[in-house]
Amino acid sequence: MKRYSVFAVAREALRNHMGWERAWRSPAPKVRYDAIIVGAGGHGLATAYYLGKNHGIRNVAILEKGWLGGGNTGRNTTIIRSNYLQDSSAAIYEKARSLYETLSQDLNYNVMFSPRGVMMLAQTQHEIRGYKRTAHANALQGVETEFIGPGRVKELCPIIHIDGPRYPVLGALWQPRGGTARHDAVAWGYARACSDMGMDIIQQCEVTAVHQADGKVTGVSTTKGEIACDRLGIVVAGHSGVLANMAGFRLPIESLCLQALVSEPIKPCMDVVVMANTVHGYMSQSDKGDMVIGGGTDGFNNYTQRGSFHHIEETVRALIETFPMISRLKMLRQWGGIVDMTGDRSPIISKTPLGNTYINCGWGTGGFKAIPGSGWAMADLMAKGEPGPLAEEFSMYRFREGKFIDESVAAGVAH
Amino acid sequence: MSTRLARGGRLINRRKAVTVTFNGRNYKGFEGDTLASALLANDQMLVGRSFKYHRPRGIVASGAEEPNGLVNLGQGGGFEPNARVTTTEVFEGLTAESQNHWPSLEFDVGAINTALSRFLPAGFYYKMFLHPRSFWKHVYEPFIRQSAGLGQAPKARDQDTYEQFNAHVDVLVVGGGLAGLQAALTAGQSGLRVLLIEQSAHWGGRAAVDDPLIDGTPAEFWIKTAVQRLAALPNVRLRTRTMGAGVYDHGYALAHERLTDHAPEAGKPRHRLWRIRAGKIVTATGMIERPLSFAGNDIPGVMLASAVRDYAVDFGVSIGDRTVVVTNNDDAYRTAMVLHQAGLIVPAIIDARVQADGALVRAARDLGIRVETGRAIARVKGGKRVTGVTICAHAGEGSGLEDIACDAVAMSGGWSPVVHLWSHCGGKLIWDEGLAMFRPDATRPPTGADGAGFVFPVGGANGMLRTADVLTDAVAVGASVSGQAAGDVPVAVDSEQGAILPVWLMPQGATLKLRQKMWLDYQNDVKVSDVQLAAREGYESVEHAKRYTTLGMATDQGKLSNINGLAVLSGAINTPIPQVGTTTFRPPYTPISMGAIAGVARGDLFQPVRKTPIHGWHEASGAEFEPVGLWRRPYAFLQGHESAHEAVNREVLNVRRNVGLLDASTLGKLIVKGPDAGRFLDMLYTNVMSTLPVGKCRYGLMCNENGFLIDDGVVVRMAEDTWLCHTTTGGADRIHAHMEDWLQCEWWDWKVYVANVTEQYAQIAVVGPNARKVLEKLDGMDVTKEVLPFMTSADGTLGGIAARVFRISFSGELSYEIAVPASQGRAFWDACLAAGAEFGIQPYGTECLHVLRAEKGFIMIGDETDGTVIPQDLNLGWAISKKKSDYLGKRGQERSHMVDPKRWKLVGLETVDGSVIPDGAYAVGTGTNANGQKNTQGRVTSTYFSPTLGKGIAMGLVERGPERMGEVIPFTKGNGTTVDVRIVDQVFYDKAGAKQDG
Repeated sequence: MKRYSVFAVAREALRNHMGWERAWRSPAPKVRYDAIIVGAGGHGLATAYYLGKNHGIRNVAILEKGWLGGGNTGRNTTIIRSNYLQDSSAAIYEKARSLYETLSQDLNYNVMFSPRGVMMLAQTQHEIRGYKRTAHANALQGVETEFIGPGRVKELCPIIHIDGPRYPVLGALWQPRGGTARHDAVAWGYARACSDMGMDIIQQCEVTAVHQADGKVTGVSTTKGEIACDRLGIVVAGHSGVLANMAGFRLPIESLCLQALVSEPIKPCMDVVVMANTVHGYMSQSDKGDMVIGGGTDGFNNYTQRGSFHHIEETVRALIETFPMISRLKMLRQWGGIVDMTGDRSPIISKTPLGNTYINCGWGTGGFKAIPGSGWAMADLMAKGEPGPLAEEFSMYRFREGKFIDESVAAGVAH
Repeated sequence: MSTRLARGGRLINRRKAVTVTFNGRNYKGFEGDTLASALLANDQMLVGRSFKYHRPRGIVASGAEEPNGLVNLGQGGGFEPNARVTTTEVFEGLTAESQNHWPSLEFDVGAINTALSRFLPAGFYYKMFLHPRSFWKHVYEPFIRQSAGLGQAPKARDQDTYEQFNAHVDVLVVGGGLAGLQAALTAGQSGLRVLLIEQSAHWGGRAAVDDPLIDGTPAEFWIKTAVQRLAALPNVRLRTRTMGAGVYDHGYALAHERLTDHAPEAGKPRHRLWRIRAGKIVTATGMIERPLSFAGNDIPGVMLASAVRDYAVDFGVSIGDRTVVVTNNDDAYRTAMVLHQAGLIVPAIIDARVQADGALVRAARDLGIRVETGRAIARVKGGKRVTGVTICAHAGEGSGLEDIACDAVAMSGGWSPVVHLWSHCGGKLIWDEGLAMFRPDATRPPTGADGAGFVFPVGGANGMLRTADVLTDAVAVGASVSGQAAGDVPVAVDSEQGAILPVWLMPQGATLKLRQKMWLDYQNDVKVSDVQLAAREGYESVEHAKRYTTLGMATDQGKLSNINGLAVLSGAINTPIPQVGTTTFRPPYTPISMGAIAGVARGDLFQPVRKTPIHGWHEASGAEFEPVGLWRRPYAFLQGHESAHEAVNREVLNVRRNVGLLDASTLGKLIVKGPDAGRFLDMLYTNVMSTLPVGKCRYGLMCNENGFLIDDGVVVRMAEDTWLCHTTTGGADRIHAHMEDWLQCEWWDWKVYVANVTEQYAQIAVVGPNARKVLEKLDGMDVTKEVLPFMTSADGTLGGIAARVFRISFSGELSYEIAVPASQGRAFWDACLAAGAEFGIQPYGTECLHVLRAEKGFIMIGDETDGTVIPQDLNLGWAISKKKSDYLGKRGQERSHMVDPKRWKLVGLETVDGSVIPDGAYAVGTGTNANGQKNTQGRVTSTYFSPTLGKGIAMGLVERGPERMGEVIPFTKGNGTTVDVRIVDQVFYDKAGAKQDG
């Protein structure tokens, strides 16, 4: 792989950029792989990358029904934070966040991780107590957060209306090393690195059946033919239930549409990410200048990637109360993605009833921030057959024991 | 130069001049002008700078598809960034400023990016700025951000108001051109409710510009008649300046109406959002012309051929003195002829087709206009304005054959139906090879609940190019959506059109050097070479190519660039256009204001405050409020110069020594009634409610299916089949919904009604040793211990007001809660204050309430619980029935993790030094876990300063806590320090309960 650098760009500029290689190859599937990962989103690609990088397993195929990075990886609001309350959540999200810090250099692909800081506003006494609790927990977990007062909130984000008539801002949980990244670039960067390790990313290749013998997976049928494998990783977010069904088990997952929207681009006016959970809205400004806004999930299950407009109305109302200036901006585009929700709103990284078959799903409304940590933990599980400390608590069997990882205290809307 | 012609301009009123200001200079326009036509009439072609290279940008279109003409419009509270000049109607005093340049529009330092453009191809930032790592946040990103963005951020508060309409119609027709008017006419004759909306201020679309004969009359006359006929139909509503923004599931559609943008008027709403439920939706949204990709096609003065024609006919504006027309189809010949007839010079029509001899071509030739077939533009010359073109053979690589001097270029690459609304909700497209366009595939429409299609494209939006076809289609669709037989079709006569030649590169063998100058997306600076680079690098999916190059991601969302871009991609990866496909069309069609989306629900109307009948008294009496759900409850009542903390301490001591008064009206009050009500409550609560005697009260716990505690409160049996369930303030609506969920979805055969009467009653707690004296002074009921013992209820009157009295306590004191009709709430509150004056009565707030209950060791939902706590964790086993075979949560509480002896359980906590434990503190354990996190062994759930005891008190959940009484463990204090805390009994005050039972 030719490395990217300012010098490479300069060199290519002189030959009209005719010398760039493909970012990833587009091979035909082989007959057999050591491991197949279904789903070339961020989590699937990261899983493959760390299988190769950490465990030396490189005879890997990543199968994708559509185009890589085209699911929730390319539809989210790109927020990265790890200020979670429960230990197991904080561990994996902080692992992810810390991997993001050096991801551009690791992948030799600029994913534009921007640790501009994330603040979660406290607008009730109850929220103040909740966020103070999170700050105490984070300190013990090694996650750098701080509860800040309204004055500091205003200083960090001048466009916030601190003294709103309805819910004045009373403070915020501030994570200075949280931020955003360029979502597509995360998928592309991992894809390029995987392809460079010799892995095959096969797009437009839908899995139609999972084959097994003696309780173990043997391969899959796809729209591009039969492919055998020793290990299977299912990393398909909203369609997890469909794949689990092929593998012969059921999941405690609901699929819901989550919406987001962007404004037209304006000059920089907001340097941090703000989440306002009392009024249900969050916003940041992309490097392009759009205000990126997260909305709510529909109250019914579906696969449409569209969603109901009243959620957009509620979100915009909440944000106009918080940031009055956006009233005069215009909504440029709205969209939806299918999020896979578990009963406790925490993910599943788990062995399954089918031997040598592993599942990574349930990231719900907050998967993007977890991509590197999720891939790291899933690769560990697939390589060793047993979960490491990061994944251990996220077994799909926890619901039987009642061992939930509930973050509802820390986040009212989205996490 | 571009200028106002001496004659013409069907939309302007030359008798009424209007002055507008652009970049501080005054420009004269006429009523009816758009800001674009007014600027062009004054030779102001340069209106902005592009996003990435800061290239000079001129107006390229005449409608909603305009990618370049974006301005900062207005000032102060009326400021709007990124306003589109082509759809902004002028009014006296309009001010606008161009965007994205420094120091000025004419001289922009950022234009150096053009010189560097070879170093800044698509996706360059993914390959650069990698080292050193910290530079991204501190150096690279701030620089990139500063040069990105377009308009300025608004600074002042929005001065305008917005509103929303809900409309229910049988047929929604979007688009008031010929197709929309005719479809609405046909459908309207059925008597069905029809709503016809048009985004511009005028009916008829572009028909009057091309002026076909319809029923023997000019198009303009036919349009006028059609609007009159529609206006006469009582079942048809018409709205101009109303844009069909989006189509959603189940016939839901969104429209955005601009009420006063064209004539600002104080007191009137600016925009109105229409939320429409339509049985059927007809999309008569017309077509948009495509640019052609030739080198220099972004230089100001290069414009869509249709737009050149629109400006001449609609506004009497000529774009240039010498306009070269370049095309691959017949339609652009109309532009040449309009210009010729206006006395302007058309040096040549450059037609990529080798053969061109349709009626329009012949007509142009007959006028003496030079037509060059098989030719292309090799490059446009000029910087901030076109100065000429070099023509070449279209079949070649672009070797110049001839230079033609000109100051404008009118281009036409064919037409694309506006399929956005068709596609929003899943309508599919097919590629029409003959017409070189994606048009709706009628066999794959968006479908409603009945499986049938509910969106019907018509006319241009359905791929119809000729007027006669448009009207025939409109009659057919209008009849079909209203269930009638198609009636007469107006007879239309317009010119035959020859076949189009798809042209995606001009010339078709253009060299790389030329391709690097062919713009696809003018605003985002995406060129043909960029899409080709993306394809070479493997970004082959149309979505990858879009996201890698940012093609079509600008404010126009690719209305001009998407089809051209995907055609280039198709060529680059050698895959037919239909296989490449389009990117997803998403609402809104054009950007709509956030203000309109929010509507009236802002300020005081954003989540309006719920108010108890006593709220006004609180406001007048020094209350400091805190939001609790949608209510605001008094946190404390401040007297004189007291701090909130001092007020709370005073309130606590007064309750303990004298008597306090609490407005508890916000507590949820749910009446559960019916033959199965007892059975129902036995399932909902962990203890038994069905055996409660009439007139008695019982404290109950409610869990979810997982066993976690979700609410608590006192349940009262009011009659044999009627219970009153008190919930927490925040829980009223949630628990009501929870009950209905179970009744409607699971136990639908049980005979139970639930009514939420929270707001029907005011509830006032009279609390403290003197409480009984206050009630006795009020008089009317026997409230003695013998007649009304602890945990009972009675109806009667107090102070002449009908009252229901509950002898319950959440403070550990002698306490009554009295419910009176809401209308009497304030009167009763006043009566209590008057009666209690001699006994030292004082109101108290929520914080005092919290301290009182914490001193007594009572739990609070939301403090001791957080969705992960079961009643057993809180030592509430006594409130869990062992006899019942089932209740919600029972099975959940039996799971292995729930019965783990190591679960954290509720205990009292006191610091060794008497200080208050910080909110949210954790008890630190020994060592770290496998992830390197410090181990914990508990956490504080409620922590207060107790004025009664003069020290900090707390409750918390601690691993095996009840077994560890007296043990001292460290709690976090922040800043890495800890405080020593002793585990104690959770009841700090009146352990024997003598006061409460008093």
